[in-house]
This record gives sequence, structure tokens and C-alpha cells, in this order.
Amino acid sequence: MTTTDPATTNDAPVTRPTATRRPRRRPRGSAITGLAAWAVGFTFVLPVLWMALTSLHTEADAGAGRPQVFASLTFANYSDFFSGGGADPWPPIINSATAAILSTLLVLVLAVPAAYALSVKPIEKWTDVMFFFLSTKMLPMVAGLLPVYLIAQKTGLLDNITFLILIYTAMNLPIAVWMMRSFLAEIPPALFEAAEIDGAGLVTILRKIVVPLSAPGMAATALICFIFSWNELLFAKSLTGTVAGTAPVFLTSFVTSQGLFLAQVSAAAIVVSLPVLIAGFAAQDKLVQGLSLGAVK
Amino acid sequence: MRMRSQRALIGLASIAVIATTAACGGAGGGGSSKGTVRVLMVNNPQMVDLQKLTAANFTKDTGIKVKFTVLPENDLRDKASQEFTNQSNQYDVATLSNFEIPFYSNNGWLASMQGYSDKDTSFDQADVFPSMSKSLTGKDGKIYGEPFYGESSFLMYRKDVFKKAGISMPEKPTWDQVAAAAAKVDGAEPGMKGICLRGQPGWGEVMAPLTTVVNTFGGTWFEKDWTPKVDAPEFKAATNFYVNLVRKHGEAGAPQSGFTECLNALTQGKVAMWYDATSAAGSLEASGSPVAGKIGYAQAPVKDTKSAGWLYAWSWAIEKKSKNTDNAWKFVSWASSKKYEELVGKELGWSRVPAGKRASLYANPAYQKAAGAFAQPTLTAIENANPVDPGVQPRPTVGVQFVDIPEFTDLGTRVSQYISSAIAGKGSVDDALKRGQGLAETVADKYR
Repeated sequence: MTTTDPATTNDAPVTRPTATRRPRRRPRGSAITGLAAWAVGFTFVLPVLWMALTSLHTEADAGAGRPQVFASLTFANYSDFFSGGGADPWPPIINSATAAILSTLLVLVLAVPAAYALSVKPIEKWTDVMFFFLSTKMLPMVAGLLPVYLIAQKTGLLDNITFLILIYTAMNLPIAVWMMRSFLAEIPPALFEAAEIDGAGLVTILRKIVVPLSAPGMAATALICFIFSWNELLFAKSLTGTVAGTAPVFLTSFVTSQGLFLAQVSAAAIVVSLPVLIAGFAAQDKLVQGLSLGAVK
Repeated sequence: MRMRSQRALIGLASIAVIATTAACGGAGGGGSSKGTVRVLMVNNPQMVDLQKLTAANFTKDTGIKVKFTVLPENDLRDKASQEFTNQSNQYDVATLSNFEIPFYSNNGWLASMQGYSDKDTSFDQADVFPSMSKSLTGKDGKIYGEPFYGESSFLMYRKDVFKKAGISMPEKPTWDQVAAAAAKVDGAEPGMKGICLRGQPGWGEVMAPLTTVVNTFGGTWFEKDWTPKVDAPEFKAATNFYVNLVRKHGEAGAPQSGFTECLNALTQGKVAMWYDATSAAGSLEASGSPVAGKIGYAQAPVKDTKSAGWLYAWSWAIEKKSKNTDNAWKFVSWASSKKYEELVGKELGWSRVPAGKRASLYANPAYQKAAGAFAQPTLTAIENANPVDPGVQPRPTVGVQFVDIPEFTDLGTRVSQYISSAIAGKGSVDDALKRGQGLAETVADKYR
């Protein structure tokens, strides 16, 4: 079909729609697929909505066993979270932000040049390098936990946020390199050639071509790295103590084997999820561009 | 070109590293500073109260800051074992129990508190229940832990339901009487079952009450010379009794039920009886509880022994590696003191006092008034619990509802999984215990 001469096809007028007709011509799914999509979407959001609702209930209503949709609402769990409870929530939130933001920046600074060397000007055996990056993700994280713990203990870096930043950077770097490589591969090589002819060095190329053109891709990569670091629990729980504890570790502290905690932990979980949600919404436009960039390929 | 690009890359990378380390140089730091005590503790309500009261009282009086890490029970156990095994010195003090403290001290992971408690007369070690002090003592005879709150187990039942059904509950019931009562009150009210017993897998879940039943039925995990007795007739009879009782007259969803589920079931009128920790009474009698004033308390049911209740105490232990033991003791002795019990009584209410460790509390009129319904039964249960000789035969270790060896967490949990399945109707008790015997043989080989 691709070789068919456009002039001989019967639906020639349809392929050149007028501006006013265009919206109606866009392919739309049927009502049933629409409904199905909404149903699936709703199923995914339901637990979060349930959590939000539970966070506004009293502990007694939250723990009642059967759903209490119409129970009275209260913000007490939120005010308890910020002021009432025994522990100050800000240090863990600040620790999480420090670890997530700095490790994400570090990942980008390292991943963009690495991706450049793997796609724009591929080094020798670049596929082996890519595979090596990926292979580091094949070891189950828990298998690396004890060695990492012992390294941290011997170097005196236990309970130190710097160590978490390094760990998160190392954990996210392979994914970031893979993502950035596919984004950089989208940039037409002619642009780089033109820039080089005009005398641009590597730094100029990175700054004037790579960064602006792959901004949506970088946003998508950054967001994913940020989410992974913000939500990481396994290493944070083992490697931190009273000083560098992160928000997910703080969240687990609401769970108790004696007494009710559902409403309180729901409120805490909502608060701790907010930064990720905000980051997601802020990057939404770039993100859709970025993710579809990869998808079209 | 290649040279230039390489240099640029190295430059970029090093800038990033320098920026990062500079930015967070101040945030980290694992070393202990003077005047700070770092505490790792379990997230039980009594500890949360402690956390709230520390700054305005302990820190205000002594100038010592306290930093807490609070974790759910299972996470705490993982973290504590990691911390103490490696002597990581991330914490000075941790909440451990009379399960861990004896063998942690034998392994040289804990700092002895004997010297401190001898000198510190205001702490009044003699006021702490002897059964508790004994279970927190190492092989060398020194004290390695101070209890924060202690508990035994007893039977809680709905007095109103029993009265209506025309049954009286003796102060020291037998398991046969309890089983007969469970059959009678099953269905006494719509949706009400006879009894709540833990069914959730875990050495500290279903295995805790079940082991007390095994003890009083004449069974044991190990004999004095470490001969495993898991598939012996007494162990089998006790397990069959427990599983049949909970299957016939037990709570809905028994294989997933633990302390919290049973507490909810009794509070919401879904069961008429509950055999569990004495510390549950505080929640049942708290203001706002729909069953406050309706609960009767009887001693742990027995068969072949005089008493059957367990003994458990969340206790403070100081890490051997800590360079901060003076301050750590100041914190421990404050948290486990009479003064702290009074502080909680006055500020938060007497039902929230971390009880079950000091005789003086039970002589306190204010506490007697607030905890009248359960103070005496709790005291009797704790005083009668016998961690040294809990069954009919001599034991290799100290402990009622557990065998005090590190391997028991794994052994108990694996056997409990089979038993929990039997409660769910998948698999038989005989099979479960046969497998358990095999696992116990492997453990025994290490000690024989």
C-alpha cells in the first residue's frame, strides 16, 4: 500500500480534509473501548481514592472492617501528622528530597554524556556497554544489601544521606542511560554534523543541541529517577538510623501490631506521595512528549 | 576531538560529585555526639507515648537529647539483629525483649546494666518483678535489660454474654471448661463466635498462645537434653485441641488473625472470649470502647500445670559498642522508672501506663481505681508465670512461649505456617508436626 500513487487512490479528498472537518475525522475508539479504558483507569485509582477517604476518617471508622463511605470526615489525622504525633515529619521529608533531587541531578549529569557516547558518536562495542549497564539491574537488590551495609559500616557512612545519594545514583544510572540513549537516537545526525562544521565542541553540542532537543526525554528520565529514589525503602531502612531516615522509612513507623493505625498511616501516605504527584503534574507536558518520543520508535 | 570530549566528560562528572558532597556534608554523620541518646524502638502505643513525653520531660530535666527510630515489630527485629550482630553503633539503646536479651548478652552484644542498677538506688531494681528481672539476666548472672512494660497472657470474656447464657467462669479455668463455654456462647448474639485465638503464622503470633497450651498439655519443643518433642503425643493433642477449637468456635478469618484482629473482634462483639496478652485490657477498658466494663478476666486456662500464662517484656538494652552508656542508662532508668509511670498516669491517663513490671504500680491507689477490672488478674498472671519451669519437664532454656535460641524465630515461624494452614483447613496437624519435628531435629543437632 505504501507504494500506491496518492493521485490514483479513491479516498484522495479524505486524506486532505479541510480545517473545519479535521476534529471529526480524528479516529475515535468506540464507546465500549472508552468505557473499558475508564474502568481500568478507575480500578487503578480506586486504592488511592480509598486511601484518601480513609485518611479523612477517624481510626474507629477506618478500622471498622466494612467500608464506611459516609462516615464523618475529619482533618485530625493530617494535623496530627504535622504537629500532634511524637515525631517531627520534616527531617525525613527533607532527607528524601535531598536524596531524590541530588541523585537525580547526578544521574542526569552522568547519563546524558554516557548516552551521547553510546548513540550519537557510538564508541566501539557500544552494544556490550549497554548490556553491561542493564546487567547491573539483574541482581536482586536484596542480594546486594548486606555487602552494601558492611561497606557503609566500615567506611563510617551508615546513617549518612551522602551514601544514600550515591546508592540511588548507582541504582538509577543504568535505566537513565538506556532511556537517554533512545531519546538521543531520535535527534537527526545532520544536526551534529552541522554543529561540528560550525566549530562547536562537545560541551557546546551538549549545551546547544542535546539538552534543548532532548529536554522532554530528560524530563521523563528525571521524573522516573526521582520517583524511584523518593519511594525507595529497602536500602533506606537498612542504611539509615536516627539522622538520615527518609520519608518511606518514616511511613512504616505508623504501622503497629497493637492498636489501630489505618487512618493515620493513610494520611501520612498521602502527604508523602504529594511531592511525586506534584513533580508528575509539573512535568506532565514534557513527559507526554518524552514518553511518546520513545514509543513512536 | 576524542581527547577533548573525554576531558569534558571527566570535568562534568567531577563537578557533579563535588557539588553533591558539598551540598550534603552537613546532613549526614553517624557518630554519636555528646548529650544525645539514639534509640531504636518498636511502634507500640506505649512507645509512641514515650516519644511524645521525652522532650518536655527527660530532655528538659537532663539536657540530653533523644533521637528515635520507630519501626513496626517485624522490621524492628530485622533492624535490631542487623545492628547488634554487626555492632554498628548506629544506636545506643534498643527495645528488645526477654526473648533476645539472654542470647544477645551471651554473644557479647549488650552492655551490662548491673553496675548502674546497683548504684542507682532511686531506680529501685527490687521493685521490678523478680520473674522479669530473671528473664532479662545473662548467663553470667548480670542484668542486661530493664523492662519498659511487661505482660502475661490471660482469658478475657464478655460477662454479660456469659450471664445470659447461664455460664460462670472460674477464676482459674481449665481448657476443657473454656472449650465447653465456647460451644455454648457461639452464636449467643448475631454474628458472635465463641472465642478468638490467634491463627496468623509467626513465632510470636499463633505460636505464642499455642505454646502455652502445649506446655500445660504436658508437651514441649525440646527436653532438657535437646531431644525434640514436636511430634510427641502431648504436643499433638494440644495442637489438635487448639486447631479444632478455633475451627469450630473461633473467629471468622482465623488463619489471618493476630492480636489486632482479635482486639477488634472482641471490641465489636464478634467473639465472646479471647485468650491473649494482658496488655490488651488497657484498650478494652479505655474510654470510648463499646465493651468497657463488660469484660471479665480469668487466668490463662490450664490442664496439667498450675499456671500457663506466658511472660513477655519489651525491654531496653544498651549496645556494647555504645560510647554513650552513661547517658543511655539515664534514659533507660527514666523510661522504666516509677516517676515515668506516674507522669503517664497524670498526663495521659492511668490506663495508658506501661504496666506489668513494677510491684509499686499495683499498690498505687490511682492506678487501682483506673485499672480495677484487670489490675489484680494481670498481677496474678505475671507473678505466676514461670519462665524457668513452664511445663511438666525440665527445659534447656528460659522462656514460656518460646525456646530461647536464635534459631527459634525460623523454626517457630515455619511450624506456625503449617499450623496456620491446618487452621485454614489445608493439611493436617499430624503432617504439620511431623515436618516440625524434622526441622527441630536440625536445630537440636547444633546444641546437643
